[in-house]
Amino acid sequence: MSNALMTVKDLHSHYGMSHVLRGVSLEINSGETIALMGRNGMGKTTLIKCLLGLVPATSGDIIFREQDAKLLSTHLLAKAGIAYVPEGRGIFKNLSVKENLFLAARSGFEGRMDWTYDRVLDSFPRLKERLTHGGQQLSGGEQQMLSIGRALLTNPDLLILDEATEGLAPLIAQDIWNIIDVIKASGISTLIVDKNFKSLSKISNRCVVMVKGEIVFNDISSQLIARPEALKNWLGV
Amino acid sequence: MDAVTIFIQAMNGIQYGLLLFLVASGLTLIFGIMGVINIAHGSFYMIGAYLAWSFMGWIGNFWLGLFVGVVVAFVLGLVLEFLFIRFLYDKDHLQQVLVTYGLILIFSELRSVIWGDDVHSVAIPALLDGSIQLTENLAYPVYRIWLSSVCIVIAILMFLGIQHTRLGMMIRAGESDREMTKALGINIGLVYRFIFALGVSLAAFSGMISAPISSVFPGMGGQVLIVSFVVVVIGGLGSIKGAMVAALLVGLIDTFGKVTTLHIFGVNIFPEMAGMSIFALMALILMFRPQGIFGREH
Repeated sequence: MSNALMTVKDLHSHYGMSHVLRGVSLEINSGETIALMGRNGMGKTTLIKCLLGLVPATSGDIIFREQDAKLLSTHLLAKAGIAYVPEGRGIFKNLSVKENLFLAARSGFEGRMDWTYDRVLDSFPRLKERLTHGGQQLSGGEQQMLSIGRALLTNPDLLILDEATEGLAPLIAQDIWNIIDVIKASGISTLIVDKNFKSLSKISNRCVVMVKGEIVFNDISSQLIARPEALKNWLGV
Repeated sequence: MDAVTIFIQAMNGIQYGLLLFLVASGLTLIFGIMGVINIAHGSFYMIGAYLAWSFMGWIGNFWLGLFVGVVVAFVLGLVLEFLFIRFLYDKDHLQQVLVTYGLILIFSELRSVIWGDDVHSVAIPALLDGSIQLTENLAYPVYRIWLSSVCIVIAILMFLGIQHTRLGMMIRAGESDREMTKALGINIGLVYRFIFALGVSLAAFSGMISAPISSVFPGMGGQVLIVSFVVVVIGGLGSIKGAMVAALLVGLIDTFGKVTTLHIFGVNIFPEMAGMSIFALMALILMFRPQGIFGREH
Protein backbone atom coordinates (compact mmCIF):
# COMPACT_ATOMS: atom_id res chain seq x y z
CA MET A 1 0.00 0.00 0.00
CA SER A 2 1.94 2.95 -1.24
CA ASN A 3 -0.64 5.60 -0.48
CA ALA A 4 -0.95 4.84 3.25
CA LEU A 5 -0.68 8.13 5.12
CA MET A 6 -0.64 6.46 8.50
CA THR A 7 0.03 2.86 9.39
CA VAL A 8 -0.65 1.50 12.86
CA LYS A 9 0.77 -1.95 13.67
CA ASP A 10 -0.08 -4.08 16.69
CA LEU A 11 -0.50 -1.08 18.97
CA HIS A 12 -0.87 -1.68 22.71
CA SER A 13 -1.50 0.87 25.40
CA HIS A 14 -2.06 0.62 29.14
CA TYR A 15 -3.78 3.03 31.43
CA GLY A 16 -2.44 2.19 34.88
CA MET A 17 -3.20 -1.49 35.31
CA SER A 18 -5.79 -1.75 32.56
CA HIS A 19 -4.85 -2.87 29.08
CA VAL A 20 -6.80 -0.39 26.93
CA LEU A 21 -5.47 -1.06 23.43
CA ARG A 22 -4.85 -4.72 22.65
CA GLY A 23 -3.02 -4.95 19.38
CA VAL A 24 -4.66 -2.41 17.08
CA SER A 25 -3.60 -2.41 13.43
CA LEU A 26 -4.99 0.13 11.02
CA GLU A 27 -4.13 1.91 7.81
CA ILE A 28 -5.33 5.35 6.89
CA ASN A 29 -4.90 6.18 3.22
CA SER A 30 -4.63 9.61 1.68
CA GLY A 31 -7.99 11.22 1.17
CA GLU A 32 -9.87 8.50 3.00
CA THR A 33 -12.70 9.15 5.47
CA ILE A 34 -12.79 6.54 8.20
CA ALA A 35 -15.52 6.06 10.79
CA LEU A 36 -14.21 4.85 14.10
CA MET A 37 -17.04 3.17 15.98
CA GLY A 38 -17.62 1.34 19.21
CA ARG A 39 -19.44 1.67 22.49
CA ASN A 40 -18.10 3.88 25.25
CA GLY A 41 -14.92 2.67 26.91
CA MET A 42 -13.83 0.44 24.03
CA GLY A 43 -10.63 2.42 23.45
CA LYS A 44 -11.51 4.85 20.64
CA THR A 45 -10.33 7.99 22.41
CA THR A 46 -7.24 6.20 23.72
CA LEU A 47 -6.39 5.12 20.17
CA ILE A 48 -6.80 8.70 18.96
CA LYS A 49 -4.65 10.07 21.77
CA CYS A 50 -2.00 7.44 21.01
CA LEU A 51 -1.91 8.53 17.38
CA LEU A 52 -1.37 12.12 18.56
CA GLY A 53 1.28 11.21 21.08
CA LEU A 54 -0.89 12.40 23.96
CA VAL A 55 -1.03 8.90 25.49
CA PRO A 56 2.06 6.71 25.35
CA ALA A 57 1.89 3.43 23.46
CA THR A 58 3.27 0.46 25.35
CA SER A 59 4.29 -1.38 22.21
CA GLY A 60 3.61 -1.48 18.49
CA ASP A 61 4.30 0.97 15.69
CA ILE A 62 2.74 4.13 14.36
CA ILE A 63 4.13 5.30 11.05
CA PHE A 64 3.01 8.68 9.75
CA ARG A 65 4.27 9.60 6.30
CA GLU A 66 7.19 7.17 6.59
CA GLN A 67 8.26 8.61 9.94
CA ASP A 68 8.18 6.77 13.24
CA ALA A 69 5.43 8.76 14.95
CA LYS A 70 6.18 7.22 18.34
CA LEU A 71 9.43 9.17 18.39
CA LEU A 72 7.72 12.49 17.74
CA SER A 73 6.12 14.59 20.45
CA THR A 74 2.59 15.91 20.00
CA HIS A 75 3.54 19.35 18.67
CA LEU A 76 5.82 17.80 16.04
CA LEU A 77 3.08 15.39 14.94
CA ALA A 78 0.77 18.37 14.62
CA LYS A 79 3.37 20.14 12.52
CA ALA A 80 3.80 16.99 10.42
CA GLY A 81 0.14 17.29 9.45
CA ILE A 82 -2.21 15.76 12.01
CA ALA A 83 -5.00 18.00 13.31
CA TYR A 84 -7.25 17.23 16.24
CA VAL A 85 -10.80 18.19 17.17
CA PRO A 86 -11.14 16.69 20.63
CA GLU A 87 -14.16 15.48 22.53
CA GLY A 88 -15.40 18.57 24.37
CA ARG A 89 -14.04 20.78 21.51
CA GLY A 90 -10.89 22.02 23.28
CA ILE A 91 -11.62 25.72 22.72
CA PHE A 92 -9.30 28.14 24.50
CA LYS A 93 -11.89 29.86 26.63
CA ASN A 94 -9.70 32.81 27.54
CA LEU A 95 -8.91 33.57 23.88
CA SER A 96 -11.23 35.27 21.43
CA VAL A 97 -12.53 33.44 18.37
CA LYS A 98 -10.05 35.33 16.24
CA GLU A 99 -7.15 34.46 18.53
CA ASN A 100 -8.17 30.79 18.58
CA LEU A 101 -7.91 30.81 14.80
CA PHE A 102 -4.75 32.94 14.56
CA LEU A 103 -2.90 30.69 16.94
CA ALA A 104 -3.48 27.68 14.69
CA ALA A 105 -2.92 29.24 11.27
CA ARG A 106 0.07 27.98 9.33
CA SER A 107 0.97 26.33 6.06
CA GLY A 108 0.79 22.58 5.81
CA PHE A 109 3.00 19.87 4.32
CA GLU A 110 5.24 21.28 1.56
CA GLY A 111 3.80 24.73 2.10
CA ARG A 112 0.21 23.91 1.19
CA MET A 113 -2.21 26.71 2.06
CA ASP A 114 -5.61 25.35 1.02
CA TRP A 115 -7.28 26.64 4.13
CA THR A 116 -6.80 30.31 4.90
CA TYR A 117 -8.35 32.49 7.56
CA ASP A 118 -10.78 33.92 4.99
CA ARG A 119 -11.80 30.53 3.63
CA VAL A 120 -12.51 29.22 7.13
CA LEU A 121 -14.66 32.25 7.90
CA ASP A 122 -16.50 31.82 4.60
CA SER A 123 -17.16 28.19 5.48
CA PHE A 124 -18.36 29.11 8.97
CA PRO A 125 -20.23 32.40 8.58
CA ARG A 126 -21.47 32.18 12.16
CA LEU A 127 -17.92 32.55 13.42
CA LYS A 128 -17.49 35.73 11.40
CA GLU A 129 -20.12 37.41 13.55
CA ARG A 130 -18.40 36.34 16.73
CA LEU A 131 -14.73 37.12 16.06
CA THR A 132 -14.17 39.22 19.13
CA HIS A 133 -16.19 37.01 21.46
CA GLY A 134 -14.38 34.91 24.04
CA GLY A 135 -14.37 31.16 23.57
CA GLN A 136 -16.63 30.66 26.55
CA GLN A 137 -19.37 32.84 25.06
CA LEU A 138 -20.01 30.47 22.16
CA SER A 139 -22.79 27.92 21.86
CA GLY A 140 -21.87 24.24 21.53
CA GLY A 141 -22.31 24.30 17.76
CA GLU A 142 -20.23 27.45 17.37
CA GLN A 143 -17.53 25.93 19.53
CA GLN A 144 -17.44 22.84 17.33
CA MET A 145 -17.25 25.01 14.20
CA LEU A 146 -14.39 26.95 15.77
CA SER A 147 -12.62 23.76 16.74
CA ILE A 148 -12.94 22.37 13.21
CA GLY A 149 -12.03 25.70 11.60
CA ARG A 150 -8.99 25.97 13.84
CA ALA A 151 -7.90 22.43 12.91
CA LEU A 152 -8.31 23.20 9.20
CA LEU A 153 -6.15 26.32 9.52
CA THR A 154 -3.17 24.10 10.32
CA ASN A 155 -3.64 22.74 6.76
CA PRO A 156 -3.50 19.12 7.88
CA ASP A 157 -3.34 15.89 5.90
CA LEU A 158 -5.13 13.94 8.58
CA LEU A 159 -7.98 15.38 10.62
CA ILE A 160 -9.10 13.47 13.70
CA LEU A 161 -12.56 14.33 15.05
CA ASP A 162 -13.57 12.82 18.37
CA GLU A 163 -17.34 12.97 19.02
CA ALA A 164 -17.98 15.22 16.04
CA THR A 165 -21.61 16.12 16.81
CA GLU A 166 -22.01 15.16 20.45
CA GLY A 167 -24.46 17.36 22.34
CA LEU A 168 -25.50 19.35 19.26
CA ALA A 169 -29.06 20.01 18.12
CA PRO A 170 -29.97 18.00 14.97
CA LEU A 171 -29.88 21.06 12.69
CA ILE A 172 -26.48 22.15 13.95
CA ALA A 173 -25.23 18.58 13.72
CA GLN A 174 -26.34 18.57 10.07
CA ASP A 175 -24.22 21.71 9.52
CA ILE A 176 -21.23 19.85 10.91
CA TRP A 177 -21.85 16.85 8.62
CA ASN A 178 -22.05 19.21 5.66
CA ILE A 179 -18.72 20.72 6.63
CA ILE A 180 -17.19 17.25 6.96
CA ASP A 181 -18.40 16.62 3.42
CA VAL A 182 -16.52 19.71 2.23
CA ILE A 183 -13.40 18.59 4.09
CA LYS A 184 -13.71 15.16 2.51
CA ALA A 185 -13.97 16.72 -0.93
CA SER A 186 -10.85 18.79 -0.26
CA GLY A 187 -8.79 15.59 -0.02
CA ILE A 188 -7.95 15.61 3.69
CA SER A 189 -7.99 12.19 5.33
CA THR A 190 -10.33 12.08 8.29
CA LEU A 191 -10.86 9.76 11.21
CA ILE A 192 -14.23 10.43 12.80
CA VAL A 193 -15.81 9.21 16.01
CA ASP A 194 -19.52 9.84 16.47
CA LYS A 195 -22.60 8.27 18.00
CA ASN A 196 -24.80 8.92 14.97
CA PHE A 197 -24.31 5.65 13.09
CA LYS A 198 -26.45 6.64 10.12
CA SER A 199 -24.72 9.89 9.23
CA LEU A 200 -21.31 8.50 10.02
CA SER A 201 -21.64 5.36 7.91
CA LYS A 202 -23.02 7.42 5.05
CA ILE A 203 -20.15 9.88 4.95
CA SER A 204 -17.28 7.44 5.47
CA ASN A 205 -15.40 5.26 3.00
CA ARG A 206 -14.68 2.69 5.63
CA CYS A 207 -15.94 1.67 9.07
CA VAL A 208 -13.67 0.49 11.85
CA VAL A 209 -15.33 -1.02 14.89
CA MET A 210 -13.57 -1.41 18.22
CA VAL A 211 -14.56 -3.79 20.98
CA LYS A 212 -12.53 -3.96 24.20
CA GLY A 213 -9.40 -2.45 22.71
CA GLU A 214 -9.39 -4.53 19.55
CA ILE A 215 -10.57 -3.88 16.03
CA VAL A 216 -13.31 -6.39 15.20
CA PHE A 217 -14.44 -4.94 11.89
CA ASN A 218 -12.64 -2.96 9.21
CA ASP A 219 -14.48 -2.71 5.89
CA ILE A 220 -16.88 -0.60 3.83
CA SER A 221 -20.04 0.45 5.64
CA SER A 222 -22.46 -1.59 3.51
CA GLN A 223 -20.75 -4.74 4.78
CA LEU A 224 -21.45 -3.61 8.32
CA ILE A 225 -25.05 -2.66 7.64
CA ALA A 226 -25.57 -6.14 6.17
CA ARG A 227 -24.85 -7.64 9.58
CA PRO A 228 -27.60 -6.45 11.94
CA GLU A 229 -26.64 -8.96 14.64
CA ALA A 230 -23.07 -7.71 14.80
CA LEU A 231 -24.28 -4.10 14.72
CA LYS A 232 -26.44 -4.74 17.73
CA ASN A 233 -23.66 -6.52 19.62
CA TRP A 234 -20.90 -4.08 18.83
CA LEU A 235 -22.66 -0.77 18.68
CA GLY A 236 -26.11 -1.27 20.13
CA VAL A 237 -27.87 0.05 17.02
CA MET B 1 0.74 63.25 59.95
CA ASP B 2 0.72 66.22 57.66
CA ALA B 3 -0.13 66.09 53.98
CA VAL B 4 3.47 65.98 52.80
CA THR B 5 4.31 63.05 55.04
CA ILE B 6 1.24 61.18 53.85
CA PHE B 7 2.26 61.92 50.26
CA ILE B 8 5.79 60.67 50.84
CA GLN B 9 4.60 57.54 52.58
CA ALA B 10 2.07 56.89 49.82
CA MET B 11 4.87 57.19 47.26
CA ASN B 12 6.99 54.77 49.31
CA GLY B 13 4.08 52.37 49.64
CA ILE B 14 3.39 52.42 45.92
CA GLN B 15 7.06 51.97 45.14
CA TYR B 16 7.31 49.01 47.51
CA GLY B 17 4.10 47.59 46.04
CA LEU B 18 5.40 47.90 42.47
CA LEU B 19 8.60 46.14 43.42
CA LEU B 20 6.58 43.37 45.05
CA PHE B 21 4.56 43.12 41.85
CA LEU B 22 7.68 42.33 39.84
CA VAL B 23 8.52 39.46 42.17
CA ALA B 24 4.95 38.25 42.63
CA SER B 25 4.06 38.42 38.93
CA GLY B 26 6.71 35.80 38.16
CA LEU B 27 5.44 33.65 40.99
CA THR B 28 1.82 33.89 39.90
CA LEU B 29 2.66 33.31 36.20
CA ILE B 30 4.66 30.20 36.99
CA PHE B 31 1.87 28.91 39.18
CA GLY B 32 -1.02 29.97 36.97
CA ILE B 33 0.43 28.69 33.70
CA MET B 34 2.64 25.79 34.67
CA GLY B 35 0.92 24.84 37.91
CA VAL B 36 4.23 24.89 39.77
CA ILE B 37 4.59 26.28 43.28
CA ASN B 38 8.08 27.68 43.23
CA ILE B 39 9.20 28.57 46.73
CA ALA B 40 12.73 29.18 45.44
CA HIS B 41 11.44 32.36 43.80
CA GLY B 42 12.69 34.53 46.68
CA SER B 43 16.19 33.14 46.14
CA PHE B 44 16.27 34.75 42.71
CA TYR B 45 15.52 38.12 44.29
CA MET B 46 18.39 37.54 46.71
CA ILE B 47 20.69 36.36 43.90
CA GLY B 48 19.77 39.47 41.92
CA ALA B 49 20.76 41.74 44.78
CA TYR B 50 24.09 39.95 45.23
CA LEU B 51 24.73 40.00 41.49
CA ALA B 52 24.10 43.74 41.52
CA TRP B 53 26.54 44.17 44.38
CA SER B 54 29.23 42.07 42.60
CA PHE B 55 28.77 43.60 39.18
CA MET B 56 28.80 47.16 40.49
CA GLY B 57 32.08 46.24 42.19
CA TRP B 58 33.63 44.55 39.16
CA ILE B 59 32.24 46.61 36.35
CA GLY B 60 31.80 49.78 38.33
CA ASN B 61 28.80 50.72 36.24
CA PHE B 62 25.27 50.31 37.57
CA TRP B 63 23.61 50.12 34.16
CA LEU B 64 26.00 47.62 32.64
CA GLY B 65 25.78 45.59 35.86
CA LEU B 66 22.00 45.63 35.60
CA PHE B 67 22.08 44.42 32.02
CA VAL B 68 24.62 41.66 32.63
CA GLY B 69 22.74 40.60 35.77
CA VAL B 70 19.44 40.21 33.92
CA VAL B 71 21.11 38.16 31.19
CA VAL B 72 22.78 35.93 33.78
CA ALA B 73 19.46 35.47 35.60
CA PHE B 74 17.63 34.60 32.37
CA VAL B 75 20.22 31.95 31.48
CA LEU B 76 20.06 30.62 35.05
CA GLY B 77 16.29 30.36 34.65
CA LEU B 78 16.60 28.41 31.39
CA VAL B 79 19.10 26.01 32.94
CA LEU B 80 17.05 25.45 36.12
CA GLU B 81 13.90 24.81 34.11
CA PHE B 82 15.76 22.25 32.02
CA LEU B 83 17.41 20.53 35.00
CA PHE B 84 14.61 20.56 37.58
CA ILE B 85 11.40 22.45 36.95
CA ARG B 86 10.22 20.67 33.80
CA PHE B 87 9.98 17.43 35.75
CA LEU B 88 7.55 19.05 38.17
CA TYR B 89 4.71 19.98 35.78
CA ASP B 90 2.73 16.80 36.28
CA LYS B 91 3.78 16.25 39.88
CA ASP B 92 1.75 17.22 42.95
CA HIS B 93 2.39 20.35 44.98
CA LEU B 94 4.25 18.53 47.75
CA GLN B 95 6.91 17.33 45.35
CA GLN B 96 7.16 20.81 43.82
CA VAL B 97 7.66 22.37 47.24
CA LEU B 98 10.28 19.77 48.19
CA VAL B 99 12.32 20.25 45.04
CA THR B 100 12.15 24.03 45.12
CA TYR B 101 12.94 24.01 48.85
CA GLY B 102 16.01 21.99 47.93
CA LEU B 103 16.92 24.77 45.52
CA ILE B 104 16.60 27.34 48.32
CA LEU B 105 19.12 25.39 50.40
CA ILE B 106 21.49 25.04 47.45
CA PHE B 107 21.31 28.74 46.60
CA SER B 108 21.73 29.73 50.21
CA GLU B 109 24.89 27.63 50.55
CA LEU B 110 26.25 28.84 47.23
CA ARG B 111 25.60 32.41 48.25
CA SER B 112 27.49 31.81 51.48
CA VAL B 113 30.43 30.23 49.60
CA ILE B 114 30.60 32.85 46.85
CA TRP B 115 29.62 36.06 48.62
CA GLY B 116 29.93 35.29 52.33
CA ASP B 117 27.37 36.11 55.02
CA ASP B 118 28.00 39.84 55.39
CA VAL B 119 25.57 42.63 54.85
CA HIS B 120 26.45 44.87 51.93
CA SER B 121 25.20 48.07 50.41
CA VAL B 122 25.07 49.23 46.82
CA ALA B 123 25.53 52.86 45.91
CA ILE B 124 22.78 54.70 44.07
CA PRO B 125 24.02 55.39 40.52
CA ALA B 126 25.28 58.93 40.10
CA LEU B 127 22.71 59.76 37.44
CA LEU B 128 19.82 59.19 39.87
CA ASP B 129 21.54 60.25 43.06
CA GLY B 130 19.51 63.31 43.81
CA SER B 131 16.26 64.28 45.40
CA ILE B 132 13.33 66.49 44.70
CA GLN B 133 12.66 69.13 47.32
CA LEU B 134 9.03 68.94 48.46
CA THR B 135 9.04 71.37 51.36
CA GLU B 136 11.79 73.20 53.17
CA ASN B 137 12.92 70.15 55.08
CA LEU B 138 11.40 67.24 53.16
CA ALA B 139 12.73 65.78 49.94
CA TYR B 140 11.95 62.70 47.83
CA PRO B 141 14.78 60.67 46.27
CA VAL B 142 14.91 60.58 42.47
CA TYR B 143 16.04 56.94 42.56
CA ARG B 144 12.72 55.83 44.08
CA ILE B 145 10.78 57.71 41.42
CA TRP B 146 12.88 56.05 38.73
CA LEU B 147 12.33 52.64 40.37
CA SER B 148 8.57 53.09 40.39
CA SER B 149 8.56 54.25 36.78
CA VAL B 150 10.58 51.24 35.65
CA CYS B 151 8.19 48.89 37.43
CA ILE B 152 5.21 50.59 35.81
CA VAL B 153 6.78 50.31 32.35
CA ILE B 154 7.51 46.61 32.89
CA ALA B 155 3.97 46.00 34.15
CA ILE B 156 2.48 47.69 31.07
CA LEU B 157 4.76 45.69 28.78
CA MET B 158 3.67 42.51 30.52
CA PHE B 159 -0.03 43.28 30.12
CA LEU B 160 0.44 44.22 26.47
CA GLY B 161 2.62 41.19 25.84
CA ILE B 162 0.09 38.79 27.28
CA GLN B 163 -2.91 40.39 25.58
CA HIS B 164 -1.51 41.29 22.18
CA THR B 165 1.42 39.13 21.14
CA ARG B 166 1.57 35.65 19.67
CA LEU B 167 3.62 34.48 22.64
CA GLY B 168 0.96 35.92 24.95
CA MET B 169 -1.69 33.98 23.04
CA MET B 170 0.34 30.79 23.45
CA ILE B 171 0.70 31.46 27.16
CA ARG B 172 -3.04 31.98 27.60
CA ALA B 173 -3.84 28.97 25.42
CA GLY B 174 -1.50 26.77 27.46
CA GLU B 175 -3.18 27.96 30.62
CA SER B 176 -6.59 27.04 29.22
CA ASP B 177 -5.85 23.64 27.64
CA ARG B 178 -2.33 22.26 27.58
CA GLU B 179 -3.10 19.18 25.44
CA MET B 180 -4.89 21.17 22.78
CA THR B 181 -2.07 23.71 22.62
CA LYS B 182 0.36 20.91 21.84
CA ALA B 183 -2.05 19.39 19.34
CA LEU B 184 -1.99 22.68 17.41
CA GLY B 185 1.75 22.32 16.90
CA ILE B 186 2.94 24.61 19.67
CA ASN B 187 6.02 23.52 21.58
CA ILE B 188 4.57 24.24 25.00
CA GLY B 189 7.72 22.99 26.73
CA LEU B 190 9.67 25.80 25.12
CA VAL B 191 7.02 28.36 26.09
CA TYR B 192 7.20 27.15 29.70
CA ARG B 193 10.98 27.37 29.72
CA PHE B 194 10.79 30.95 28.49
CA ILE B 195 8.17 31.91 31.09
CA PHE B 196 10.18 30.38 33.90
CA ALA B 197 13.33 32.21 32.81
CA LEU B 198 11.31 35.41 32.51
CA GLY B 199 10.02 34.97 36.07
CA VAL B 200 13.55 34.39 37.34
CA SER B 201 14.80 37.50 35.52
CA LEU B 202 11.99 39.63 36.93
CA ALA B 203 12.73 38.49 40.49
CA ALA B 204 16.45 39.01 40.04
CA PHE B 205 15.87 42.41 38.43
CA SER B 206 13.74 43.45 41.42
CA GLY B 207 16.53 42.37 43.74
CA MET B 208 19.03 44.37 41.72
CA ILE B 209 17.10 47.61 41.59
CA SER B 210 16.10 47.38 45.23
CA ALA B 211 19.72 46.83 46.32
CA PRO B 212 20.58 50.58 46.45
CA ILE B 213 17.61 51.41 48.72
CA SER B 214 17.80 48.44 51.05
CA SER B 215 20.81 46.46 52.11
CA VAL B 216 22.00 43.23 50.53
CA PHE B 217 21.83 40.47 53.16
CA PRO B 218 21.52 36.67 53.34
CA GLY B 219 17.88 36.39 54.49
CA MET B 220 16.40 38.86 52.00
CA GLY B 221 15.05 36.09 49.73
CA GLY B 222 12.93 34.47 52.42
CA GLN B 223 11.45 37.79 53.46
CA VAL B 224 10.35 38.79 49.98
CA LEU B 225 9.08 35.27 49.23
CA ILE B 226 6.61 35.34 52.10
CA VAL B 227 5.28 38.78 51.22
CA SER B 228 5.07 37.79 47.54
CA PHE B 229 3.03 34.73 48.42
CA VAL B 230 0.69 36.95 50.42
CA VAL B 231 0.35 39.13 47.29
CA VAL B 232 -0.32 36.14 45.03
CA VAL B 233 -2.91 34.67 47.40
CA ILE B 234 -4.72 37.99 47.88
CA GLY B 235 -4.70 38.75 44.16
CA GLY B 236 -5.79 35.29 43.14
CA LEU B 237 -3.45 32.50 42.02
CA GLY B 238 -2.42 32.95 38.41
CA SER B 239 -3.85 36.45 37.96
CA ILE B 240 -1.42 39.16 36.85
CA LYS B 241 -4.05 41.84 37.35
CA GLY B 242 -4.69 40.47 40.83
CA ALA B 243 -0.98 40.51 41.61
CA MET B 244 -0.84 44.20 40.66
CA VAL B 245 -3.80 45.22 42.82
CA ALA B 246 -2.71 43.07 45.75
CA ALA B 247 0.92 44.23 45.55
CA LEU B 248 -0.14 47.89 45.75
CA LEU B 249 -2.51 47.12 48.64
CA VAL B 250 0.16 45.23 50.55
CA GLY B 251 2.78 47.88 49.79
CA LEU B 252 0.58 50.70 51.08
CA ILE B 253 -0.69 48.86 54.15
CA ASP B 254 2.77 47.72 55.15
CA THR B 255 4.26 51.17 54.68
CA PHE B 256 1.52 53.06 56.51
CA GLY B 257 1.47 50.38 59.19
CA LYS B 258 5.06 51.24 59.99
CA VAL B 259 4.48 54.98 60.38
CA THR B 260 1.08 55.03 62.02
CA THR B 261 0.66 55.41 65.72
CA LEU B 262 -2.54 54.19 67.24
CA HIS B 263 -3.09 54.10 70.97
CA ILE B 264 -5.52 51.61 72.41
CA PHE B 265 -5.79 51.61 76.20
CA GLY B 266 -2.65 53.68 76.31
CA VAL B 267 -0.68 51.09 74.33
CA ASN B 268 0.67 52.05 70.96
CA ILE B 269 -0.32 49.11 68.70
CA PHE B 270 1.51 50.49 65.66
CA PRO B 271 4.18 50.17 64.37
CA GLU B 272 4.74 47.09 66.53
CA MET B 273 1.81 45.37 64.86
CA ALA B 274 2.65 46.54 61.35
CA GLY B 275 4.29 43.27 60.47
CA MET B 276 1.00 41.56 61.10
CA SER B 277 -1.18 43.94 59.15
CA ILE B 278 -0.70 42.34 55.73
CA PHE B 279 -1.49 38.89 57.11
CA ALA B 280 -4.62 40.30 58.73
CA LEU B 281 -5.54 41.74 55.31
CA MET B 282 -4.97 38.37 53.69
CA ALA B 283 -7.13 36.60 56.28
CA LEU B 284 -9.86 39.18 55.84
CA ILE B 285 -9.90 38.87 52.06
CA LEU B 286 -9.78 35.09 52.12
CA MET B 287 -12.78 35.05 54.45
CA PHE B 288 -14.90 36.73 51.80
CA ARG B 289 -13.14 35.59 48.63
CA PRO B 290 -11.26 32.34 49.19
CA GLN B 291 -10.01 32.40 45.59
CA GLY B 292 -8.48 35.89 46.00
CA ILE B 293 -9.62 39.18 44.46
CA PHE B 294 -9.21 38.18 40.80
CA GLY B 295 -8.86 34.45 41.25
CA ARG B 296 -11.08 32.01 39.43
CA GLU B 297 -13.16 29.58 41.43
CA HIS B 298 -11.98 26.02 41.17
